[in-house]
Amino acid sequence: MAYLEIKNVSKSFGANGACSEVLKDVNLTVEKGEFVAVVGYSGAGKTTLMNLISGLLRPDTGTLKLNDLDITGPGPDRGVVFQNYSLLPWLTVFENIFLAVDQCFPNWAAAKKNDHVERHIAMVNLTPARTKRPAELSGGMRQRVSVARALAMDPQILLLDEPLSALDALTRATLQDELSRIWQENQKTVVMITNDPDEGIYLADRIVPLTAGPGATLGPSFTVDIPRPRDRKAINHDPRFKELRRRLIGFLIESRGGHHTAITKRLVLPDIEPEDLSRPRPLGGARKPIRRSEIKEEEVEV
Amino acid sequence: MRNTFLKKIDWLVLPLAGVLCVIALWSISSGTWAKELPSPLKTWQSSKPYIVEPFAKRGEMDQGILRFTWYSLILVAKGYALALLLGTPIGFFLGLSKTFSKTFDPIIQVLRPVSPLAWLPLGLVLFLGAGKQASELGALFTIAICSMWPTVLNTAVGVRSIPQDYLNVAKVLKLSRSKTLFKVLIPATLPYMFTGFRLSLGIAWLVIVAAEMLTGRPGVGGFLWQEYNALIYEHIILCILTIGLVGFVLDRLMSLVERRFKTV
Repeated sequence: MAYLEIKNVSKSFGANGACSEVLKDVNLTVEKGEFVAVVGYSGAGKTTLMNLISGLLRPDTGTLKLNDLDITGPGPDRGVVFQNYSLLPWLTVFENIFLAVDQCFPNWAAAKKNDHVERHIAMVNLTPARTKRPAELSGGMRQRVSVARALAMDPQILLLDEPLSALDALTRATLQDELSRIWQENQKTVVMITNDPDEGIYLADRIVPLTAGPGATLGPSFTVDIPRPRDRKAINHDPRFKELRRRLIGFLIESRGGHHTAITKRLVLPDIEPEDLSRPRPLGGARKPIRRSEIKEEEVEV
Repeated sequence: MRNTFLKKIDWLVLPLAGVLCVIALWSISSGTWAKELPSPLKTWQSSKPYIVEPFAKRGEMDQGILRFTWYSLILVAKGYALALLLGTPIGFFLGLSKTFSKTFDPIIQVLRPVSPLAWLPLGLVLFLGAGKQASELGALFTIAICSMWPTVLNTAVGVRSIPQDYLNVAKVLKLSRSKTLFKVLIPATLPYMFTGFRLSLGIAWLVIVAAEMLTGRPGVGGFLWQEYNALIYEHIILCILTIGLVGFVLDRLMSLVERRFKTV
């Protein structure tokens, strides 16, 4: 029984007539506790897919179901970590997370809420920064707050929309390790969207490529059978990793190739042939260069 | 060395030089082509009792300059508060609802440029039945209706330019309407609102003088008009300087508050 079920979903943008189809016939099922990564080109419609799952957008056709219930709008049962963090800049780290906790668990006692918030701040190692505002934090720290906020809502499913794409490579690696650890501790169902195949393979149980748009759709799943915990250094030399990466990137490039128009290049070469200097020039000072073809003809005549 | 010293104190020296320039022009004018204009020295001598005893009360229209200022400030505060109470919600509705905006934006654009001098008679007519209070209510009405427009328009712009991200957060968390308003919409709009508040305060202070002049209420503007009628021109200049200084201080105070909210 699938936990998250996306069936024949299509989504277009723009006015009638001149609209462009972003997603076409998207089908995806995610099991409970599974970590699925959707990998695709930027601009292919990854964020659109995410907004459909989170309920911020409604599909033109098809259905989305979470835990057998139709997704009809946004709700706190789906914790979203947005690409650009989306923290409220006038609230501190604590207050940003508390707003979510207060909203999701209105019946808890104040002490329990505070405790819950503190626990999630500690989980992403931000306790020293708990009273800081987002503007005082680095990009990596902001994204950690965003992850903590989403997890503190205790959602049925965690949606990560290119959570690390705005970060530098080193911070990115650190946060990937942290995400991996947090996921293993919580065993939440996760759908992550990324444009980095390596990131997908390192973190996910299963990778679903999104073909290049317009009219993007999901390709066949690639199961990542590398056992956890995965070692960042060792994984690069793992033959399974290499093979998976090769197949995944191959599929993505191929999906894009179909949308390219073939260009046949016609080469126009200069009509010049070398002179044969070894042949004696005819007397009388004929300046006309002797071409090889002419020479041949000459020889035939001889 | 000398240059760096001069640079260090130019914040004081240059403005003083500017003031001296204007005083010189004023002196020359009063000595040559504008004989009726009191000279700076005469102005000072005549104004001195109002400045050294700023809170004295010798009669209804003969009081220390700060006492007059105080009356004016109280009236401005009331009218300004009314303007903010009316203007902020109107701004929010304009920013949130396209229909509301389409319905009322044209009439707002028409009413906005109307001068306080034009509103005041209408204000007095409106509150004719109030008897003794008529002049105060009329003045309040005029201050409120003239000074609320910057608040209305800035709040509307602020609401319209709230980043979609913040609204998405509110949607994903399923915040209730009132929680969305207080936790997301208002904090996100505050910097714009305060710019509006500052501009509104400037206008409210402009309007007070006109309102007092026409209604004859005690205050800086009323005093100015009375002294003009009494041919004591020195006091007109005293009033002008007071109005200018108070306006300047109010603007500075508001921009301090505004900056506090901008950095958040």
